[in-house]
Amino acid sequence: MTTTKAPARPLRVIVAKAGLDGHDRGAKVIARALRDAGMEVIYTGLFQTPEQIVQTAIQEDADGIGLSILSGAHMTLFPLVVEQLKAQGADDIVFFGGGTIPNDDAAELKRLGVREIFTPGAPLSEIIAFVERECGKRRELVG
Amino acid sequence: MIERWERKAEAAPVRRDKGSGAADRTISDVPLKPLYGPADVAQLDLTRDLGAPGEFPYTRGIHPTMYRSRLWTMRQFAGFGNAKQTNERYHFLLSQGQMGLSVAFDMPTLMGYDSDSPKALGEVGKCGVAIDSIRDMETLFDGIDLGAITTSMTINGPAAIALAQYIVTAENKGIPRAALGGTIQADILKEYIAQKEWIFPPRPHVRIIIDMMEFCTREMPKWNTISVSGYHIREAGSTAAQELAFTLADGFAYVEGAIARGLDVDAFAPRLSFFFNSHSDFFEEIAKFRAARRIYARRMRDVYGAKDPRSWQLRFHTQTAGCSATAQQPENNIVRVAYEAMAAVLGGTQSLHTNSMDEVLALPTEKSVEIALRTQQVLAYETNVTNVVDPLGGSYYVEALTAEIERQALDYFDRIAEFGGMIEAVEAGYPQREIADASYRYQRSIESGDRVIVGVNAFEKPDEVQSPDLLKIGVEIERGQARAVQDVRAGRDGSAVEASLAALKRACAGDANVMPALIECVRNVATEGEIVDAMVEVYGRYVEQTQF
Repeated sequence: MTTTKAPARPLRVIVAKAGLDGHDRGAKVIARALRDAGMEVIYTGLFQTPEQIVQTAIQEDADGIGLSILSGAHMTLFPLVVEQLKAQGADDIVFFGGGTIPNDDAAELKRLGVREIFTPGAPLSEIIAFVERECGKRRELVG
Repeated sequence: MIERWERKAEAAPVRRDKGSGAADRTISDVPLKPLYGPADVAQLDLTRDLGAPGEFPYTRGIHPTMYRSRLWTMRQFAGFGNAKQTNERYHFLLSQGQMGLSVAFDMPTLMGYDSDSPKALGEVGKCGVAIDSIRDMETLFDGIDLGAITTSMTINGPAAIALAQYIVTAENKGIPRAALGGTIQADILKEYIAQKEWIFPPRPHVRIIIDMMEFCTREMPKWNTISVSGYHIREAGSTAAQELAFTLADGFAYVEGAIARGLDVDAFAPRLSFFFNSHSDFFEEIAKFRAARRIYARRMRDVYGAKDPRSWQLRFHTQTAGCSATAQQPENNIVRVAYEAMAAVLGGTQSLHTNSMDEVLALPTEKSVEIALRTQQVLAYETNVTNVVDPLGGSYYVEALTAEIERQALDYFDRIAEFGGMIEAVEAGYPQREIADASYRYQRSIESGDRVIVGVNAFEKPDEVQSPDLLKIGVEIERGQARAVQDVRAGRDGSAVEASLAALKRACAGDANVMPALIECVRNVATEGEIVDAMVEVYGRYVEQTQF
């Protein structure tokens, strides 16, 4: 006998840019790639604050947040998003990021609670697989 | 003969290794044939389309003898932390043989925020140097003779403010503005298209740029008023033809704006300059530079009625492609930069910045900047590519590709005209969409393995360890800079600042040229953030219609 389930809604992911950094090529490519992989993607546009990004994620009932920073401000802005997620009780949302981020900084950010950091050259397929896996797990837990 | 070759070529096996999928098109997707011959240049008229170097339409170069008479300017872009640190780097670069300065500003400065603004959090001194007031600008050029050295400033939104700061810095040292040589980028249209460091909406922003052009035409005869920039358009993922088309279209929008202001085209056009990217497809880039000169010369003469040959000559600075650099095996970037630099030189650039190998991870260290500069010196003094002008002129392939890129650019001009002009096309998001599409296609070609990026999707070293020698900008820079700007505000004549900001608002709201009012604000040590806030009160801040 097969059990029938209501068709699951697609995974929903926020792609965000924070601070004053206008380099949005990577963010847009990721947003398109996730959309082409069947997800619902909300792109925040530029110059968002950590508070705004987390608010958007909560309002949109997002499974994940991908934050792209190429300005060197990553050690300030990523931790602020982690803080906001905790403060809002939303740290089940899968928070990952990318940009020009040296390995040492990436390790530190992961220690602080950023789930994964993708640096330039990371294949889209790898990023898509990560989001599907981790956001999928979150969806099962949260329902 | 060619038919015989075609039969042999058809019978020959086709390579099926990694990257062979990209063999039939350039990096920008221009279809390629395996061999070019006389039939491919049948349309080429040697007099009409090439001419001699130094002659209309300047396809072969703007000077008769090019680098035999004078090498390109080696101008490395530099700026990080505070003005004092950057000043030390400038003295180092000048001592190593660099010929001109090029200022990289940090994000808050580019967006019009002072270092103590909440918006600047985490960004101060990271992507460039923090300049809040005339005091920082004075420190930046401490011990440097502004009457002798030329300076390029990569700034657009607050370009008029930075120019005012530069003028006052020079004046405080006794150097009149008429003696200043250099370039300010001041290309706001490409900010909406690509770099995204804008402040005001397009129309008032363009008006301020035209104000600057008018001011410099009258008062700063040696200053390049604007550097119309394709660099960031390419970095945002455009094709070579898109870079060329959108950059030239931006340039023509400024030309039209200045003519509408009542300026004589020959009075300002000789001081316009351009800034292009040199990407990794060697021949395509050379063709792009050659096509750029030809399109520009024809249009300046035939559409805008310029009569002075200097108004027909497209002069440009080139920077190697940051977006072609890889975080993986970063030493490979030295090699990429060398090829890209050679393409720029074979394409006839007037000035060159070679990227440093570590820029994909952080601002460059002194060592990596030195290697980048040495790359140019080896190219200039050891390879002998400087001996002959336009050495690839007449190559079937390069001439056919030059014509093809020109054709694609002219097609874009037609589509831009359908929007009513470049400002309208930008407002409609047209170039933004075209570039996003191209960027996605390019990324897909790498994902599929059609296009090889060494160290990334081929010849990988999975256990690679990153170099520990990266330049770090600590939080103490941000704190120090925030304190410094607060001290500056505390130690000046507040009522003079208020009065000059009020005068600036009146100038912005009216038709008067804003430059004198800006210079007065700077003289009174108004900060950049204060000046921008005053202007935002009149114009508002731009908000992008986001799309991906």
